Amino acid sequence: MSDPILKLEGVYTDIAQYHILQGVDLEVPRGAVTMLLGRNGVGKTTTLRTIMGHWRAKAGRVLLDGQDIAALPTPAIARLGVGFVPENMGIFSDLTVEENMVLAAVSGPIDPARLEWIFSAFPPLKTFWKGHAGNLSGGQKQMLSIARAMVEERRLYLIDEPTKGLAPAIISTMARALRELKQQGASILLVEQNFSVAKALGDRCAVMDDGRVVWSGDMAELAHDAGLQERLMGLSMEAHQ
Amino acid sequence: MIVKLLSGDMPRSKLLSAILLAILICLAFAPFIFPGVRSLDTAARICVFILLVASYDLMLGYGGIVSFAHTMFFGMGAYGVALACTYMERGFGALIVGAGAGALLAAVVAFLIGLFSLRVRAIFFAMITLAVASAVAVLVSQLSGLTGGEDGLNYKIPRELTPAFKFGSEFLGVKLNGKLLNYYVVFFGAFLLFLLLLRIVNSPFGRVLQAIRENDFRAEAVGYRVINYRTAATCISAAVAALAGALYAIWLRYVGPDTALSFEIMVDILLMVVIGGMGTMYGAVIGAVLFVVAQNYLQELMSVASAAVEGIPLLPDLLSADRWLLWLGLLFVLSVYFFPSGVVGRLRQGK
Repeated sequence: MSDPILKLEGVYTDIAQYHILQGVDLEVPRGAVTMLLGRNGVGKTTTLRTIMGHWRAKAGRVLLDGQDIAALPTPAIARLGVGFVPENMGIFSDLTVEENMVLAAVSGPIDPARLEWIFSAFPPLKTFWKGHAGNLSGGQKQMLSIARAMVEERRLYLIDEPTKGLAPAIISTMARALRELKQQGASILLVEQNFSVAKALGDRCAVMDDGRVVWSGDMAELAHDAGLQERLMGLSMEAHQ
Repeated sequence: MIVKLLSGDMPRSKLLSAILLAILICLAFAPFIFPGVRSLDTAARICVFILLVASYDLMLGYGGIVSFAHTMFFGMGAYGVALACTYMERGFGALIVGAGAGALLAAVVAFLIGLFSLRVRAIFFAMITLAVASAVAVLVSQLSGLTGGEDGLNYKIPRELTPAFKFGSEFLGVKLNGKLLNYYVVFFGAFLLFLLLLRIVNSPFGRVLQAIRENDFRAEAVGYRVINYRTAATCISAAVAALAGALYAIWLRYVGPDTALSFEIMVDILLMVVIGGMGTMYGAVIGAVLFVVAQNYLQELMSVASAAVEGIPLLPDLLSADRWLLWLGLLFVLSVYFFPSGVVGRLRQGK
């Protein structure tokens, strides 16, 4: 793989006394969707948080376009063009939808054409534009969370379980929006437990176990090999979608 | 025009709008509506405390920063004016220099405290501010040669702001003298600075502060340096508190530890913010009015009530004017119980 947008080399991260990441090697290719898969508790979220600088890597390198960002503060990483959608949405519920979006556009006013695109992907955001984000439903909050990352063109999107706990209709809205983002040539690192979404969106795939990446390759290869899935994750994903 | 003046942050409740308008009219025309030295003094105190509480709300309600040093910043402005008026030539220049120096010093001290302690957890920051404020209070009390110590300072403000200066006989039964001008300096000073605070909390800066208060991790992940914003909020808040102190010093023509630095004032500010409603700005107006009026008139109301129930066992004792603090405390407990989001929060919910 040539010139990845993001490369993790031997990343170790501890949280308190726990050794969560134990030498993560990962490459995220440019202009493609990379799925980060694995059972619960293997370190997927910690990997994203380490890239964002929320947790500091104890050892190893995190290279964004060749620049080591492992020691940079989180805001600096964000301003380098890394859009992060955390697992728990993390919207600002006291602010309006509009204010949430304006805050997320750190490099200047929101491009109207991009906003129209976001509205077409997530119509409820247009409806409740002036309303408090705290009054949105769970699915709408997740839409806002993703929309905030999409409000500007980012070099890399880190998205943590965007469909977790959502109704099927909203999951398909999410998947459609992410597919459109992908079609624009975005580079995305996506943690996703919903296999049908993962299969539909993923180009590449990395499977984690015990704080390491134990397999990486094409999504299609994993999707069509139930034996590999069973071996890597202890389950057949088809059975768990 | 009004929307622009209020920076688009409307009261969002008809009753609240009516109450705020009534307060504004009462304060703007206080010398004419409530003639008398005491009522004018109450009105001036309300103006000063509205500003002081609003500046604290910027830090606590919008920034989520708990500080116990706000009275210290208030005192810096008050002592700034007092010292400038004592050691400089009498005139408006001394007031401006004193207020400016006080505000600058407050901002610098806030910056230093913020720089060293805003990184730590909220409770430690609160403790550090408490320690610094206590140290400054002791310092002011000990440096009696400069600050007058426990006795404080009496000083001369420009003659134009004293009762001795007359610029007409009477208007609507009110003497046109420097005291009236002094009141309007306090009123307009507080009014303009309040509007400035409203502008700040409704600016992009204010929105980032609110975002940080709610989820500082997330705000960092969006790209905002939490420490920078918190420090800036602390500095602005401290400078405005110092200016409130300066207005108070101009009004009182006296500054002492009890009036400008005591921990009691800090507790009062906290109560006013909580009663009015945190993170609303307008809560500062409601909280300050309720508190200052209760502080000034509850005693009298109780002595009237005590006299009215004379002859009935226990009640006159219970309503004795000496027990006003007990009732004031009870009022606060009840108001926090019934208005957990403050009066403004409750009114905005429409309940």
